[in-house]
Amino acid sequence: MRGGERPNWLGALIACLWLAVVMIPVYWIVITSLKSQSTYFATNPLLPSPESNFDQYKFVAESDFPRYFLNSVVVTVGTVVPTVLLAFMAAYAIVRGKGRFLRWANMLFLSGLAIPLQAVVIPVYLIIIRLRLYDTPLAIILPSIAFAIPLSVLILANFIRDVPKELFESMRMDGASEWATMWQLAFPLTRPALVTVSVYNGLTVWNGFLLPLILTQSPDQRTLPLALWTFQGQYSVNVPAVMASVVLSTFPVIVLYALGRRQLVSGLTAGFSK
Amino acid sequence: MTAAPSGVHLRQPASRSVHDTRVGLLAIPALIFFVAFAVLPLVGVLLLSFSQWDGIGPIVPAGLASWRSVLTDPALPQTIWVTFLLMVVSWAIQTPASLLIGAFLAGRHRYREWLAVLYFIPLLLSTAAIAITYKALLDPNFGLGVGLGIPLLSQDWLGRGGLALGVVIFIVSWQFVPFHSLIYQGAIQQIPQSLYEAAQLDGAGRCRKFFAITLPQVRYTIVTSSTLMVIGSLTFFDLVFVLTAGGPGDATRVLALDMYRRGFQANLMGPASVIAVILVLIGLGLALLLRRLGGGTPSHSQLDGA
Repeated sequence: MRGGERPNWLGALIACLWLAVVMIPVYWIVITSLKSQSTYFATNPLLPSPESNFDQYKFVAESDFPRYFLNSVVVTVGTVVPTVLLAFMAAYAIVRGKGRFLRWANMLFLSGLAIPLQAVVIPVYLIIIRLRLYDTPLAIILPSIAFAIPLSVLILANFIRDVPKELFESMRMDGASEWATMWQLAFPLTRPALVTVSVYNGLTVWNGFLLPLILTQSPDQRTLPLALWTFQGQYSVNVPAVMASVVLSTFPVIVLYALGRRQLVSGLTAGFSK
Repeated sequence: MTAAPSGVHLRQPASRSVHDTRVGLLAIPALIFFVAFAVLPLVGVLLLSFSQWDGIGPIVPAGLASWRSVLTDPALPQTIWVTFLLMVVSWAIQTPASLLIGAFLAGRHRYREWLAVLYFIPLLLSTAAIAITYKALLDPNFGLGVGLGIPLLSQDWLGRGGLALGVVIFIVSWQFVPFHSLIYQGAIQQIPQSLYEAAQLDGAGRCRKFFAITLPQVRYTIVTSSTLMVIGSLTFFDLVFVLTAGGPGDATRVLALDMYRRGFQANLMGPASVIAVILVLIGLGLALLLRRLGGGTPSHSQLDGA
């Protein structure tokens, strides 16, 4: 109710317009994925076909799609779990510890936010080749972890800072070690931020394109975004099938978003709205 | 952490510093990853820009050869111009749009929360999926223009230089305005309500309040959001790669794409690294500039109305 007595017409108009701009392509993806290849060319692009069915989904599910899906799951889980654990430990150290080393580490992570991934892919490619990891899931996972760490540490550290000092003090009085305090006290209390970081990093890795493009080669290592791209080249005449694969590849993300939306949104706004 | 959990061992206040050093060990695994795959590559890209490498064979020092070849390339000004245009125009569209939408969403109505849920959808799709969708949606024969029956929309959007760049800018906004609206929404909700109430008593209208209170109060957020937009726009690779591959001609050939082409298609890692270094330098320069613009004066605005 910010603002006042009169309804905010301008704001409402822009909001509705933007809603249309956002939703038309989304609507189009869904209705197109339910068409057959021939009805796609015969019907109005913006109207659902009367004979809508899930044939294209079946077609996609029977292609190599499940394999790419699995690759994406492996890469995403393989990145998110270590990232969250490592970033949590680092954030805990930065908040609880003192000394020049930790101040320096914190500075390094913060400046890491400014390193664009694109700019360093060539040396990353070199390192991956030298480690003999080219064309394996690890080739994508290792750099993804590194690039997910700075923002994760930032968000988690901001959160751990808000844990009341007395709680740490009472753990100490009870004789708990720092290690035990971290896992038994800080970890459960940081849960909302851990969800934020997991969902955000999961999204980034699941949708990542550049690293899979340059660090893998063989079709059976492909992740979904890369597969969509090659799919589009292969089945350029079968637009409905391509759209069905877009829907299928986005499905897990929608589930993840539905589960962690509140934490994701509040975590991100807390992180950036300062 | 190497030390075993030391159970019931009670610590003296004096042992506090020892305690802290060991806490520091917890940061090491994250640091190792970060240094190995982000800091070292940053140094590496600088070194590679002074060498010659085809991506497979040995790496040989080459002095300034790569720099000379990139800087004298007649196509470079066009690439930088396109990158710059994309950055500035997409910033100029996204910032007011995100601010207005963010301000609207900041109102505490239930339906606005639902709007926010829907607005977020573009952020869930991969850039590859978005590019593929728009490619089909903008098809002159089977796309949106035909669907709406508006011949004006049935253009060869991706086949004409200026239009293609416009399409890229539009899609970038489509993809990222929701994110920035969300940031602004959060910031605007943190503004003390008392400021608005005071303005209300003074008889200020909505417009007046927006420009006199909301805008000054979120200026640090504007800097953060602009920095993210500007730095982000330097690295639009996926979208351009899938949507236009730089074309038609080199109308949408941005720096990041140029780097990929030189490095991974032409196997000239030296010149590609030069482009990468240029990207890093432009990014750093802009980040510092924006910080100076935003942080030049202390936040006296916070004191004004309170």
